[in-house]
Amino acid sequence: MTEFNQQAKQHVADIIEQKRQLPGALLPVLHDIQNTLGFIPPQAIALIASALNQTEAEIHGVISFYHHFKTRPVGAHVIEVCRAEACQAMGSRELEQHVKNTLNLDYHQNTKDQQFSLEPVYCLGNCACAPSIRVADKVYGRMNAEKFAQLLDKLTTYVVELN
Amino acid sequence: MAAIKLYIPDDTTAVAMGADDVCQAISNVAKQKDIEIEVVRNGSRGLFYLEPLVEVATSQGRVAYGPVTVDDIESLFAADFIHAGKHPLAHGLTEEIPFLKNQQRLTFARVGITEPLSLSDYQQHDGFKGLQKALTHCSQELVDIVKESGLRGRGGAAFPAGIKWQTVLDARGSEKYIVCNADEGDSGTFSDRMIMEADPYVLIEGMVIAGLAVGAEQGYIYLRSEYPKAAEKLTAAITLAEQAGFLGNNIGGSNNSFTLELRIGAGAYICGEETALLESLEGKRGMVRAKPPLPAIEGLFGQPTIVNNVITLATIPIILAKGGQYYQDFGMGRSRGTLPMQLAGNIKQGGLVELAFGCTLEQLVFEFGQGTYSAKPAKAIQVGGPLGAYLPKQQWQTPLDYESFTAISAVLGHGGVVVFDETADMAAQARFAMEFCKVESCGKCTPCRIGSTRGIEVIDKITNGQDSDANLQLLADLCDTMVVGSLCAMGGMTPFPVQSIMQYFGEELLPKDSLAKEVL
Ligand SMILES: Cc1cc2nc3c(=O)[nH]c(=O)nc-3n(C[C@H](O)[C@H](O)[C@H](O)COP(=O)(O)O)c2cc1C
Ligand code: SF4
Ligand code: FES
Repeated sequence: MTEFNQQAKQHVADIIEQKRQLPGALLPVLHDIQNTLGFIPPQAIALIASALNQTEAEIHGVISFYHHFKTRPVGAHVIEVCRAEACQAMGSRELEQHVKNTLNLDYHQNTKDQQFSLEPVYCLGNCACAPSIRVADKVYGRMNAEKFAQLLDKLTTYVVELN
Repeated sequence: MAAIKLYIPDDTTAVAMGADDVCQAISNVAKQKDIEIEVVRNGSRGLFYLEPLVEVATSQGRVAYGPVTVDDIESLFAADFIHAGKHPLAHGLTEEIPFLKNQQRLTFARVGITEPLSLSDYQQHDGFKGLQKALTHCSQELVDIVKESGLRGRGGAAFPAGIKWQTVLDARGSEKYIVCNADEGDSGTFSDRMIMEADPYVLIEGMVIAGLAVGAEQGYIYLRSEYPKAAEKLTAAITLAEQAGFLGNNIGGSNNSFTLELRIGAGAYICGEETALLESLEGKRGMVRAKPPLPAIEGLFGQPTIVNNVITLATIPIILAKGGQYYQDFGMGRSRGTLPMQLAGNIKQGGLVELAFGCTLEQLVFEFGQGTYSAKPAKAIQVGGPLGAYLPKQQWQTPLDYESFTAISAVLGHGGVVVFDETADMAAQARFAMEFCKVESCGKCTPCRIGSTRGIEVIDKITNGQDSDANLQLLADLCDTMVVGSLCAMGGMTPFPVQSIMQYFGEELLPKDSLAKEVL
């Protein structure tokens, strides 16, 4: 969904209306937009700026500061690989390489079919059962090549079912 | 016959190890066999090496089985585990497992025992006793009790909580705020997460008491976006607490009000730093503010603000319920009470260990943790997150106490303990420290922003054998510049892990073949 159609515009307007009165409303607004549309479309920035009485440059500055916010569409499944120390101690560097090779992706890239995106993450709080990865709201522990293959299988089957 | 009660945690790590599937499979088999069971999705006991841990309620107490996989379920039923039958995965009474039995759980007293969102469970297990007491005291008395407890901030800087509260109590403002720092960015830490997932009401109770103590009626929890399950539990807990009159107006039937809101971060380590956190809450880039003014005087929206870590705030209820003296009787030196330590990385028995200050790192890692997961000798232990030193074997006798750690140029931080075995590449760890600083720097000061990039380059030159001596000197100078020239601990402490590696694992920085050359 790359185009900013009428429906997307309406979502953004509704979210802004709902949240604009909150003190420090910008992050809650950005989260809601990204949760609804999957990313923050550039066209949303002007709408947010005028509602919050800020410049577009300011809004853009905030979005670009935070790793979590995306301004381009991401894949159906965002795979986040933990790069932090507890996972490193359990072989996350090799796991990271394996994941990149398997998906043929580097960080911040999407597969051509828009099924997968790859993102780095620094700790998921699963450090006692490292290495960890996260897909959507679920964390997977003691990850290895074999378990990763099973996970990919499950994710792709799920997609087929949906279609 | 009454249903048999089972406990299967709904905790991030338990679920990451398969708890949802195990729960589903057990329910299915029970249904097939026409056995009536009731499954409680509790928090984790913190014995993560046994997750998914399935507990069965018996008249003697709960009996533990773990780590349970879906493939074990048939044999568990065959062994009649629902009546505490013998099985290779059985561990007897949970409370008797040495990893748990040898702890001193104060802040974590209820964690893993109760159903996280059940208010009646919470109250049956001493919940809201602290708040009840608090409602009988005036503000100054509450601050005095926190001072008496000796509690120091558990987020990393170990600043005395009572003194911070006094400053906010004394400060004048049109409004005051209680902000809970739930950004828990340090690798190797998960104690905040466990509290929020397993016992969210204790955090809410602590924040309400903080509000009473300083006259604040609005609170915010700033939670990192990497913790979706904690967000789900907190959202539900806040609503339920409001409905039951523990948040909102007329708290516990008194004239006091306190409103609490959950805010989600957006993947920036620096937003754990309290002033960057406040900027972020205000809807801005997470840029560190210069201090003074202290947040206690000019904090959120320019008003007096308490910023405290989750564990700090979650410890307040037991201090109120049992008294400042009770808490302060635990610990050593100027480190009073208990510290929830987190055993992580290459460790056989990882998990949460809450203990009074004073036990040694060695006891923690080798008695509780039972050494490495890989069974290879341990080489280095990083304590206190990504800005903490890598400690070599000769320092493992150091007692866990703030001052003892400062004395060896190390930090306890938020209590994260990450173990590395002999295969760890210490040069790669030193490089990563700089890389992390580069990724996460807020960019305000040059030594941090540029220094970290230079640090990576210099370490690469050293490991490639390019003019190693001169570049080692350059790295040492760069570290010194970052320490003295940075506004906050991000740039100011990134050198700690690097310097510790230079000092104790220095030969590993040099190219692998350089030692051989020297011999020739
Ligand atoms: C780079 C950096 C990151 C920090 N991250 C956290 C964090 O994730 N959680 C936390 O509680 N404190 C963190 N702190 C410490 C906070 O600045 C602050 O000291 C703490 O929230 C105060 O609460 P306490 O006194 O209860 O510990 C961080 C500090 C720095 C410099
Ligand atoms: S030390 Fe780094 S993170 Fe801290 S204020 Fe300076 S640039 Fe920002
Ligand atoms: S370091 Fe990877 S989950 Fe914490």
